[in-house]
Amino acid sequence: MSKMLDLINKSPFDRNALDSCLRLAEAGSSVLLIEDGVYAALKKAESAGAVGERMNELTFYVLGPDVSARGLDDTPLIDGVNVVDYGGFVDLVVEHDVAQSWL
Amino acid sequence: MEPWEEEEGPEVVKRFMYVNRRAPYGTIYALECLEVVLVAAAFDQDVSVVFVDDGIYQLKKDQDTSGIGMKNFSKTYRALDDYDVEKIYVEKESLEKRGLTEDDLIIPVEVVAADNLRGIMAQQDVVISS
Repeated sequence: MSKMLDLINKSPFDRNALDSCLRLAEAGSSVLLIEDGVYAALKKAESAGAVGERMNELTFYVLGPDVSARGLDDTPLIDGVNVVDYGGFVDLVVEHDVAQSWL
Repeated sequence: MEPWEEEEGPEVVKRFMYVNRRAPYGTIYALECLEVVLVAAAFDQDVSVVFVDDGIYQLKKDQDTSGIGMKNFSKTYRALDDYDVEKIYVEKESLEKRGLTEDDLIIPVEVVAADNLRGIMAQQDVVISS
């Protein structure tokens, strides 16, 4: 079985990309939140519940520069979400067999 | 007098409302709308600006875009006051859904519940949403 990296770049409040990904991602997959997708990493946002439900099966990452750009450095993220930089983004792509962008 | 010529007397001031519903940076809507608002304000119209849904993220404090190679335009919202744009509304429900409060925002705003915002919207002559 291929190891999947799921990329989310849309706000969970604007599009249902995150919901679809959370519904369809196989256990063991990784989810990387980038661009407007980083809003899904916020602990106090309503979308946090859905992420939390799959926290044990999926590994969540969020792109740090996109978090900073949106003024969220001091806004609490969901516990267990890993912050990566662009180098970390590249590493994730290399480490996984397939990258799927949920456009 | 030709139909396209202006009537004598006091200039007609229309009520313009700009409704921001998009997050910054992910799309160009937020920046474009801000520029349109500043232009409209320069024409001495009655301008109000509303932030709902992901639009409230435009006003988040502490934006630092140095890592993504884009212009940080969040400070430009502070110029709205210089342009006498003083009616700036943020929908309470949108803030709550995203776990943010008024203290998270870069400029002073009036936080209004949807019930009240509805009435403010209904008073406008022109509503532009982006």
